Amino acid sequence: MNELSPAKAAPAPATEALPQPLPPLPPARSGLSLGEAAFAALSALAANKLRAALTSLGIFIGVAAVIVTVAVGAGARQQVLSQIQSLGANLLLVWGANVRLGGVSLGAGQRPNMSWDDAQAIPREIPSVEVAAGTIRQQMQVVNGNQNWSTWVNGTDPAWFVAHEWQVAEGRFFTEEEAAGGRKVVLIGQTVAENLFGDENPVGREVRVRATPFEVIGVLGRKGQNPMGQDQDDVVVMPYWTARRSVMGASRAFARAVGSISVKVHEGESMADVEEQLRQFFRQRHRVAANEPDTVNIRNLSEIAATRDASARTLSLLLAAVAAVSLLVGGIGVMNIMLVSVTERTREIGLRLAVGARRRDILRQFLLEAVLLALLGGAAGVLVGIGLAHGMSAWGGWPVLIQWDAVGLAVAVSGLTGLFFGYWPARRAAKLDPIVALRHE
Amino acid sequence: MDALPETLAPSPPAGGWLIETRDLSRHYPSGEGVVKALDGVDTTIAPGEFVAAMGPSGSGKSTFLNLIGCLDQPTRGTYRLAGEDVSRLPPDRLAELRGRKIGFVFQSFHLLPRSDALTNVAMPLMYRGVPRRIRRDRAVMALERVGLGQRIHHTPSQLSGGQQQRVAIARALATGPELLLADEPTGALDSRTGLEIMALFQALNRAGVSILCVTHDADVAAFAGRTLRFRDGKLFEDTRYPPVDAAAMLGVPFA
Ligand SMILES: Nc1ncnc2c1ncn2[C@@H]1O[C@H](COP(=O)(O)OP(=O)(O)O)[C@@H](O)[C@H]1O
Ligand SMILES: [Mg+2]
Repeated sequence: MNELSPAKAAPAPATEALPQPLPPLPPARSGLSLGEAAFAALSALAANKLRAALTSLGIFIGVAAVIVTVAVGAGARQQVLSQIQSLGANLLLVWGANVRLGGVSLGAGQRPNMSWDDAQAIPREIPSVEVAAGTIRQQMQVVNGNQNWSTWVNGTDPAWFVAHEWQVAEGRFFTEEEAAGGRKVVLIGQTVAENLFGDENPVGREVRVRATPFEVIGVLGRKGQNPMGQDQDDVVVMPYWTARRSVMGASRAFARAVGSISVKVHEGESMADVEEQLRQFFRQRHRVAANEPDTVNIRNLSEIAATRDASARTLSLLLAAVAAVSLLVGGIGVMNIMLVSVTERTREIGLRLAVGARRRDILRQFLLEAVLLALLGGAAGVLVGIGLAHGMSAWGGWPVLIQWDAVGLAVAVSGLTGLFFGYWPARRAAKLDPIVALRHE
Repeated sequence: MDALPETLAPSPPAGGWLIETRDLSRHYPSGEGVVKALDGVDTTIAPGEFVAAMGPSGSGKSTFLNLIGCLDQPTRGTYRLAGEDVSRLPPDRLAELRGRKIGFVFQSFHLLPRSDALTNVAMPLMYRGVPRRIRRDRAVMALERVGLGQRIHHTPSQLSGGQQQRVAIARALATGPELLLADEPTGALDSRTGLEIMALFQALNRAGVSILCVTHDADVAAFAGRTLRFRDGKLFEDTRYPPVDAAAMLGVPFA
């Protein structure tokens, strides 16, 4: 610091404000630092705020749009996944095949049907299976006093609650004894409860199904719509043997038949393997000849989930394309305004070169200006995008999920856009001949 | 050297020449032939000299100044600045030389219009990697020395032409250069303000700064102690004389 107070050291100053040279600076340490360049770039942007704001508008809109659409897309996808989860994880559904030979339906009666006993045998024969529940279902009127409601009535096994991952909201499930004994007990879904009982608690009350009175022992937890748009809460569940004896009478031939079997596979086991084992199981049990088709259809619900996932990914790809286009347009905007800025500031650049700025200092200054311009647009886009996504969730009821990796990526990409599109103008500035630049009008 | 009498090329001073040119030439290709903006200039300037460069418009004064200021490179000949041959250097090396050894003053001031005097004066120090605090201190000091200690936060539009030129001189002084180069520094000023600027130059020169000042005004050249006359790109006359005291002409000592 002592070399900075030469006024005191200078020999015999004649007046106070002495036109004296300053002492030489210590040897140059290094050129323009990054922080100084950033500060200079920010000052340059601040000198023309409106222009900076308008220039970064393209990148701002691009980034905001990306963040909103990614949040909405992720939210929708998460909703679909949770819907699929509500169907039951690791679940295979087995249906009787609708067999046709030469275009003529043979009819269910001419081919073996799935039976209650098949369902019971599956967990014993296939170790990967956790539970299997044979079910029959029919649409029926359910009555409480003068309220009646048409709904799907399921006769099934207690294992069905496990396979489909049902919870009880009120009351309880039926027991193995109640199931085996054919007791007249039912559980009702939320939709049925609302339509028959309104705000009252249905547990312990009586409903009539086909004129037979049943005790409501439980109300099932809410599941909402399944991915196919069906209301899963519009359901009544009773023990299989109760349904058989009391409401769904059948001929002797169908006395033990089930319409579907819900098979829950142990966590971590291959669904495809179990599917194949089930196919073989039914071919053996139904004594299907080698040249005949299967007697059952098996549907893997997680496959539906995978399909949905794939379509969500296609949507994301489309959004990425939209984002790329808006960033490209925004980047061209940055390049354009930087070229204008370089032309406007040609004399200033000449001056800076004359007083000792190196080409790389000028390059760094203008490049940083472009990057900061783009980053400011990107940062504003992030803030507004997140705000909009929350707004859509709060007031529009959209399922949104902020994807922080997408936010980070959007900011990084906007910075890179500035770097890419700012390079050419910055290079033009750095390549200026100081003499020509100083003479520029 | 052919045209110059022996007396005008004295033997080198103890510390060596500040400026030494040999056959210094700057030719521009132009259609079929060449424009000889500067042609075969041999001269020497000792440290502490105040030299004026005169000549009619287009005679090569600015070309000479730009070469001496390392803004340009000769197409032929050599130029030694403080003993170092700087005739053929890459652009960034020249920039460093300008930042360390040379201060420029222009006819049209060349101040950053939106920045205050302090920022304008501190600007060259940024490219020397000088920390912000020291930059500020030095800029204030430089402004005090040109008599603008009270106006450090004025922007160019709030200053008169003479004051703007003083800010430019303070900017040239901020890096502590050995050589001050001025191209028509009084060209945009009225005569009295021009006189004040020349008084400032003389005071700085007496304190040890070497000055090369381009002018087409003989009254301005009279304040230097030596004049180099150019015509058609050639140096044809080099005269030394006792300078006129600008401060005395103003009637008051410089304040
Ligand atoms: N970049 C250039 N290209 C071609 N000719 C030039 C260039 N710069 C200067 N000249 C020419 O060189 C000569 C000297 O110019 P200059 O040094 O600017 O003269 P002065 O400053 O004495 O008026 C002029 O004839 C001018 O036209
Ligand atoms: Mg000129």
